[in-house]
Amino acid sequence: MAIAERDATGRAGAAGASGADRRAGRKGRGTRLKRLRRDAALLVLMAPGVLYFLVFHYGALAGNVIAFKDYVPFDGLWASAWVGFGNFQTMFGDPDFWHALVNTVVIALLQLVFFFPVPIALALLLHSLTRDSVRRFVQSVAYLPHFLSWVIVVAIFQQVLGETGLLNNVLGDAHLHTVNIIGNPTAFKPLVIAQVIWKDCGWGTIIFLAALTQVEEQQYEAAAIDGAGPWRRFWHVTLPAVRPIIILMLIMRLGDILSVGFEQMLLQRSSVGPDAAEIIDTFVYYKGLVGGDYGYAAAAGLFKGVVGAALVFAANKIAHRLGEQGVYQ
Amino acid sequence: MSSLTQGLRRTAGSAGRPRRTNRPAWMERPRPITQTAKAIALVAVVLLVTVPFLIIVATSLASTDEVVANGGWVLWPQHPTLRAYHELFDGGIVTHALWVSAGITVVGTAISMACTIGLAYALSRRDVFGGKPVLLLILFTFLFPPGMIPAFLLVKGLHLLNSYGSLVAPVLINVFNLVVLRGFFQSLPDELYEAARLDGAGEWLILRRIVLPLSKAALAVVGLFYAVSYWNAWFYASIYLESDKWPLQQVLRTYVVGGAQLADTGVGDASQVAAPQTIQMAVLVVATVPILVVYPFLQKYFTKGVLTGAIKS
Repeated sequence: MAIAERDATGRAGAAGASGADRRAGRKGRGTRLKRLRRDAALLVLMAPGVLYFLVFHYGALAGNVIAFKDYVPFDGLWASAWVGFGNFQTMFGDPDFWHALVNTVVIALLQLVFFFPVPIALALLLHSLTRDSVRRFVQSVAYLPHFLSWVIVVAIFQQVLGETGLLNNVLGDAHLHTVNIIGNPTAFKPLVIAQVIWKDCGWGTIIFLAALTQVEEQQYEAAAIDGAGPWRRFWHVTLPAVRPIIILMLIMRLGDILSVGFEQMLLQRSSVGPDAAEIIDTFVYYKGLVGGDYGYAAAAGLFKGVVGAALVFAANKIAHRLGEQGVYQ
Repeated sequence: MSSLTQGLRRTAGSAGRPRRTNRPAWMERPRPITQTAKAIALVAVVLLVTVPFLIIVATSLASTDEVVANGGWVLWPQHPTLRAYHELFDGGIVTHALWVSAGITVVGTAISMACTIGLAYALSRRDVFGGKPVLLLILFTFLFPPGMIPAFLLVKGLHLLNSYGSLVAPVLINVFNLVVLRGFFQSLPDELYEAARLDGAGEWLILRRIVLPLSKAALAVVGLFYAVSYWNAWFYASIYLESDKWPLQQVLRTYVVGGAQLADTGVGDASQVAAPQTIQMAVLVVATVPILVVYPFLQKYFTKGVLTGAIKS
């Protein structure tokens, strides 16, 4: 309120100036100066953060010009020769790149089919519990793996499913065939999904549980009194309550389809090989940071950035079209 | 979206209810088969998360002979020993990495919090000078991240390579954390600011004396998120730092996930080290324990702090 008042006085001050200034309203020079002086303390608070975004996001973003150059470390970024879209042409003719792209999309789609429904199911299960203490205990346990690093998660999976791990020991003791899961390219994609489910399915329930708890209890009560059994109450009351969130999350996931766990893939790529584990991000990493072909790798990274942004943009448009709230307005 | 917030409040508020069960009068008693199925599913979820932890802790405490006899893992050590831990903390790579990780986590979290609070507070004020363009500038970075190669070359260009600053500066502010804090600050009633300003308080004083004390829950969560992400980070360390400066997660990655031998590299004398397996599991435990320790606090605050902040914005 105080701000609004000051604004009003600022405007009143500007009213005394020329007609052009008045039409410009708050954007007049006098008021701008006044606002600047008024907000000086806030601007000081803001400064380090803004500087960070300018340097480490926009500065780095500008560094993407390297994608249009033949970067030679010795010459530096500015002295290296321009090659136009040369890096992109090479990239589109590179089977390794196409393989990484296809692999990325395949893994993302597999996650969509096999991971996406799991948190919803778990949220519905947790929501249906009538005993608070049990629900809170299971929630606490299920959220935990989200806070572990991918290094720890991969190490745990090796320990449990690896060649000498728990599972194979149990199978061996029971005189059954042991299974080769870790380091096996064929089993890699299911393993990736299992890891994602283990790590994030509990955490993923939060948003759905939030939607579920907003259903008024009277709705269930009224439905029950009208003779609806548990199944019909689930179908006609519970499900409609989470549907908008499910649709929103689905659309957002589609917009983010070029991003599948970089750290998760990088940690396991050496044990299963690039055929199974190469995604665009690891492609960029190996071409650029390992192989030293910076310009080419940056081109692949930029491709991912541009397509990714376009997809998020499109997903948001679709969300609005369907009458849902997107990630931004 | 406000009804969603109410829903969250209701979840948080139902904590201290005296009844053991919430089953309302109109709800029929669940059928035994449904009950059983649910119970099995819940027990499965709990076991799938907890059993791997138990095995890792148990194996790290077991003796060499037992681990070898058992084929690599132990569920219940017969003669628990802390030998693996003694070796880890006896100087050498892991001890050093632990200090590095702790230092990065403490210093990084402090700097990140200071910058995030300042920016979030300024942006939470309506009509702050430059607020709208700055917010757009920041949200755009969410849509279009700069990419790995340019980020690497920038860090190199700023001469941050092989310095601990390279683990903090490029990830100083997390947009999600910023948005959460800003949302929380915005949810504080305007009357507070008004009253404080009438009493002649400046922005610094309002922030320090009024806003921060009222935002403890949100600050705790955002702080813990930062701490967890600094503690868990390994990728930047792997590309920016020489191996003698590595934090714990990167060491864990190399020696446990990558399978390199710790014994070769100066942890104890190779002739009398514990079974590599027990040492590996001990590293894993040491890397996990801080998360397990802060987790209950995170758990307590995050519905209150994060979701209200995130949903409001």
